[in-house]
Amino acid sequence: MELFGIPLQALLSQLLLGLVNGSFYAMLSLGLAVIFGLLNVINFAHGTLYMLGAFTAWIGLSYFGINYWCMLILAPLIVGLFGIIVEKTMLRWLYKLDHLYGLLLTFGITLMVEGIFRSIYGVSGQPYSVPDALQGATNLGFMVLPNYRAWVVVASLTVCFSTWFVIEKTRLGAYLRAGTENPKLVEAFGINVPLMVTLTYGFGVALAAFAGVLAAPVIQVSPLMGSNLIIVVFAVVVIGGMGSILGSILTGLALGVVEGLTRVFYPELSATVVFIIMAIVLMIRPAGLFGKEK
Amino acid sequence: MNNSLYKNLGFALLLVVAVLAPFGLYPVFLMKMLCFALFACAFNLLIGYTGLLSFGHAAFFGGAGYVAGQALQAWGLPTEVGLLLGTATGALIGLVMGLLAIRRQGIYFTMITLALAQMLYFVALQAPFTGGEDGLQGIPRGKLLGFIDLGNDMTLYYVVLAIAIAGFAIIVRTINSPFGQVLKAIKENEPRAISLGYDVDRYKLLAFILSAALSGLAGSTKALVLGFETLTDVHWSMSGLVVLMTLVGGLGTVLGPIVGAVIIIMLENKLGDIGNWLASVTSIDWFNTLGDSVTIATGFIFIVCVLAFRRGIVGEILHLLKRTSRGSTPSH
Repeated sequence: MELFGIPLQALLSQLLLGLVNGSFYAMLSLGLAVIFGLLNVINFAHGTLYMLGAFTAWIGLSYFGINYWCMLILAPLIVGLFGIIVEKTMLRWLYKLDHLYGLLLTFGITLMVEGIFRSIYGVSGQPYSVPDALQGATNLGFMVLPNYRAWVVVASLTVCFSTWFVIEKTRLGAYLRAGTENPKLVEAFGINVPLMVTLTYGFGVALAAFAGVLAAPVIQVSPLMGSNLIIVVFAVVVIGGMGSILGSILTGLALGVVEGLTRVFYPELSATVVFIIMAIVLMIRPAGLFGKEK
Repeated sequence: MNNSLYKNLGFALLLVVAVLAPFGLYPVFLMKMLCFALFACAFNLLIGYTGLLSFGHAAFFGGAGYVAGQALQAWGLPTEVGLLLGTATGALIGLVMGLLAIRRQGIYFTMITLALAQMLYFVALQAPFTGGEDGLQGIPRGKLLGFIDLGNDMTLYYVVLAIAIAGFAIIVRTINSPFGQVLKAIKENEPRAISLGYDVDRYKLLAFILSAALSGLAGSTKALVLGFETLTDVHWSMSGLVVLMTLVGGLGTVLGPIVGAVIIIMLENKLGDIGNWLASVTSIDWFNTLGDSVTIATGFIFIVCVLAFRRGIVGEILHLLKRTSRGSTPSH
């Protein structure tokens, strides 16, 4: 079976791969948006924390024999704790300053963490095998669906939409949104805003680490996996705008799919297509697809 | 008055050091320093005087380097034409990137410049003429204006020094011009500048292009000096490096970026020795490997600067001078 001269199987599998990448974009840009909303910090280290998540999973398996499923919970907790320490000891001192210092600090953290992992593990990737329960593929008749990739998409979408639900529909989320609008007023109502800020950062970081664990079996675990991703995620954030949670999720997914399709039809452009879309969006809708200028 | 006296003294001292330096130090190393000093000064024009943090300056620096290298090597053009082409390339990339990036403010501006520069990185990785991972090799130095042989390191050094001084003079002139005053106004309070009737976007774009062109000049000069051009120069870590140089020296100070560039380039070169020394003093073996992990040290300096040392070296000195002069003459 063929579509536009491309075998349907190839098209669909690239589409799925695009969806997998898109879920990583979605989770990372969601974390960036939540962090930016409350902390006014653009977390450059987000890609590195994603890398840390993947590495924690890999270290857990190869040194301590802790399996994938435990690490899927443990890695976000460990990396989230690391994030909380970073927030408590460093980021905290920068809130009153210009945004750019937050970016520069997290950039420095990125360089350091990445440098340390590079000096220990080199630049080549470490293989991480797919957990037994998700090995193999299911034949759907029109395509062969690799089980693990399907799981990645389902798991990330579940996490993304739960986050959306918590932020938009619950009391805790209401505090969070109020804190984004006017932290002083929220604090005056007796809510511990500094604690909320710390936990929010920890949560955003944990989300990145979760994405990292999910990514470990799909791409090889390497110290460079984060910084390659984060710049694309920045472009995703510029395209979607950080004003809307749902917007971040949808933009991330859609761009992953577009990237996947480009890989089928015009592979030379697949690395740059997101940036080109960003340029076009900037020309037509400078505030981003879902954005409100802050 | 006092302030400008210090400034002139600083300039004079720097000039003397720069003219005498190649008699004591390796000229190619010094030329590399000069190129980075010009690059950092060009970058500072944006961050320090217009308040725009660009994370895409590697695109101008490296992009110009590739074009200049290609012009000198494959097209066999004269040296000065190659440098001018490189500068023009920087300006052109700056025009396109600026037109897109100034549509958004603040942190978005930074992300857009970073993303567009990354796009250029992929172009440089894939384009046939850049040599991909190997880069451009064997760029000839040629003869300046047809009769000054640049093969001699000393001759080239003074040419590069002249280029750096010219670029620096343009920056200082810009800062002190009415145009520069408007840029400062935009940095301090953009809505106010708009309400005063200034076409803020046009000023920002002009500053962006100027900064990009000078970065291009620095990049093409560097390609000429070292004789090769690689992907390192267009990578995002290069954009980060120039931010660091400016930050270490002092954002928004005239001399800061030069000081910062000198320190960071020295550090990059001497880090191995520093590591060995630290290892012998503390007897921790790990320090011996410090030379291989420049990124760790760079990241560490970044963190320290942002947390504790935001004025930078020159900024800190100026602050001290201001405090002491205020202390001695309380009437001012």
